[in-house]
Amino acid sequence: MPTSDLLPLVLLLAAVAYGLAFIRSRAVAMPLGGIRNLKALPVYYAARAALWCAIPALIVLGAWATFEGKVIQDMVMASLPAELAPQSAGQASLTLSQISNLAAGKLDPAMVPEGISGAATLLQELREQSSRFKALLVILIAVLGGTFAWTRIAPHINARKSVERTLQRLFFVSAAVAILTTIGIVFSVIFETVRFFGKVPVTEFLFGTNWSPQTALRADQVGSEGAFGIIPLFTGTLMISAIALLIAVPVGLLSAVYLSEYASGPVRSVVKPLLEMLAGVPTVVYGFFAALTVAPFIRDLALMLGLEASSQSALAAGLVMGIMIIPFVSSLSDDVINAVPRSLRDGSLALGATQSETMKNVIFPAALPGIMGGILLAASRAIGETMIVVMAAGLAANLTANPLDSVTTVTVQIVTLLTGDQEFDSAKTLAAFALGMVLFMVTLLLNVIALKIVRKYREQYD
Amino acid sequence: MTDPGSQAELVRRSLKRRYGKERRFRLYGIAAVSVALFSLAVLFTDIVSKGYTGFIKTTVTLDVHLDGELMYLNDASDPEQMAMADFQAPIIKALQEYFPNATSRADKRELSRMTGSYASNQVRDLLKENPDWLGSTRTIEFPAHDTVSVYVKHAGDPGYSIRLTEQQQRWTDELLSKGVIDTGFNDVFFTSGDSREPSNAGILGALVGSLLTMAITLVIAFPVGVAAAVYLEEFAPGNRLTDFIEVNINNLAAVPSIIFGLLGLAVFIGLFGMPRSVPVVGGLVLALMTLPTIIISSRAAIKSVPPSIREAAQGIGASKMQVVLHHVLPLAMPGMLTGSIIGMAQALGETAPLLLIGMVAFIVEIPDGFFSSATVLPVQIFIWAGSAEQGFVELASAGIMVLLAFLITMNAFAIWLRKRLERRW
Repeated sequence: MPTSDLLPLVLLLAAVAYGLAFIRSRAVAMPLGGIRNLKALPVYYAARAALWCAIPALIVLGAWATFEGKVIQDMVMASLPAELAPQSAGQASLTLSQISNLAAGKLDPAMVPEGISGAATLLQELREQSSRFKALLVILIAVLGGTFAWTRIAPHINARKSVERTLQRLFFVSAAVAILTTIGIVFSVIFETVRFFGKVPVTEFLFGTNWSPQTALRADQVGSEGAFGIIPLFTGTLMISAIALLIAVPVGLLSAVYLSEYASGPVRSVVKPLLEMLAGVPTVVYGFFAALTVAPFIRDLALMLGLEASSQSALAAGLVMGIMIIPFVSSLSDDVINAVPRSLRDGSLALGATQSETMKNVIFPAALPGIMGGILLAASRAIGETMIVVMAAGLAANLTANPLDSVTTVTVQIVTLLTGDQEFDSAKTLAAFALGMVLFMVTLLLNVIALKIVRKYREQYD
Repeated sequence: MTDPGSQAELVRRSLKRRYGKERRFRLYGIAAVSVALFSLAVLFTDIVSKGYTGFIKTTVTLDVHLDGELMYLNDASDPEQMAMADFQAPIIKALQEYFPNATSRADKRELSRMTGSYASNQVRDLLKENPDWLGSTRTIEFPAHDTVSVYVKHAGDPGYSIRLTEQQQRWTDELLSKGVIDTGFNDVFFTSGDSREPSNAGILGALVGSLLTMAITLVIAFPVGVAAAVYLEEFAPGNRLTDFIEVNINNLAAVPSIIFGLLGLAVFIGLFGMPRSVPVVGGLVLALMTLPTIIISSRAAIKSVPPSIREAAQGIGASKMQVVLHHVLPLAMPGMLTGSIIGMAQALGETAPLLLIGMVAFIVEIPDGFFSSATVLPVQIFIWAGSAEQGFVELASAGIMVLLAFLITMNAFAIWLRKRLERRW
């Protein structure tokens, strides 16, 4: 029985347990003279039965479904005869896909060696067995849990307390998912990164100026080494982010000032949602716009001015990314400007300063830390942005300061290295995780600093 | 002591300059807003002008004589014969009715490139379904070849290059005037999956993939997010662990989305052995990604429920959990729903993490379950935008319009919900 059928079944069992326990708790209360003689309302006895029925069963089901694929895979691979046992990770994934295709009937058994088709039969068998055991175990646990709760329906037991305790624990587990996610991120990048540094020295990675991750297919090919110097990726990322911030910071900041200080009510109520629309447009749309409209336009413009421009210029990607983060900067600055106490503004205006003088000499200095925090957050977003650069920036890692040249970024390389066929062991794949690690660290650092600045600033005026 | 008269004079003389500065500052503001709005306008105009032709299809309608001799076929129910037969020949023959002089080998090749590359498959499938059609004459509507379609829709547009030979252009013009080649609403776009041929490619597969993925995301992210928000606002003791959870949530909200793709690749696919390119894994990754958004907005919604409600409920003997479940949650629900819809809209437009977990594969079939290979709307747009054939660019734009229509509907619904249900105290 597949997981997708078991899940509704368990929920159904829980519903049955709920109903039965409800009826029984009323039956227990009857001879005592009504439900007011119970320690808790019948719904709580019912809810407790449902929880007892569902939670252990769901935990077992989740754990089984999570690990069954991996365990079966390993068992099948271990069953292969010695001469077919894969030598490398690449071979292993090839053999595995052969076996699973065979088991799914997509491959002719005559096309593969004896051992492989034997493994496919084993795979099929193990899957069926696992499925049967899983269904049996889960249903058994659900029924046992429900029965246990059923036997514990008595007037002196306070079911409400145990239900509330369980719920509160569930709430806590939900909140802890955030921690688990962070741990998951850290571990998923750390392991592969450590393995990567086993192949490529840290210093070469951090200070190398040459990035060409294409490792050769055969050992005797020329230039089979592959170079993993991150500097050109860094400069590319920084250049595109800098262009984006050069656009977004002045435009976003001035828009926020105009909308909060000068614009009339109706104008504000139209323009603000329009600006927010820019934030809601998916990044792939910006990427499309950058690659197919802005980049050709910039190339033609540069040609007209007699300049040489690549068809995938850093400028195009940066410009469009700048447009994307305008609403981000403007809404953050808006918050910060509004947080400056009214009294400062009124004091300045009362002394005869014009609105712009108040803005420049009183509000900006007061809001500066907050604005800096906002800019840092915007920078972290620009660095981590992927789709625009994947579609509009290039793949070649040029170490250049010319915004009309094509550059590549950290995120582009992660996507390029990890899409398409990959082996979990090659330096190429591992390099992507190392890049991910760098990206995570840099954005985390920026975020932590920015949040700290913003929080400190808020406290100042609260 | 300075003379008050001259002081006032000083101020008055500087006024002109100061007012000038004031005006200029105001103009900078207007300029900034205009730049932003102009970009928005250019973006939308560009998408629409590039993409509206994606909703138009070019068809070639021919009376095809299904001549068995021509196809080397005398029994259409025999699979062996069907595998060997030539289904292109009757189509060329039907076109030759209009151009009797086109008989040379080169002409025939050009004729065969008037209809789409899958036209012969279309004839084969029709015959497979109706073996008795063999020998009869049928009117069949074929999608036009990509190059013909580009010529019909975009002749004279500098953004497109016409790849038809002069002879083919002449033919196309003639067939157009005779009504054999025609344009109409592109129903194929809404009823089929991806294809190598732009005229056969549709968005339905990606749409279904998106819906399946979003279903998983919603089922996981909404309950977990709401539960986490309730815990943090109502139950969490003020200790280090709570602080740590809060720091984590705030940081996760700002982690680049591609990092979640790495997480999905390493944990769900690498560690748990889940299959690639399936909606389940995509939904899980997007759920983890949207969780912080939902938690943050749900907390704001819970915070906005006034304490008097909690105190009143507790005053008449409700337990803490009863206060939360019976009073706080129902009152905060509109705000939570609004935040969740906005989070889901973000997830629907997200591309980068899904590229890493393999949802970027070329998939023709419409996905039929949470464990079948699928792609999603934004990834489909990405695939089309990078395809070589010119016809895919307008499909990508049309796909963007479909995606934006979904996003605008979701956001409008969220705003409506907020206006309709939110209470102010």
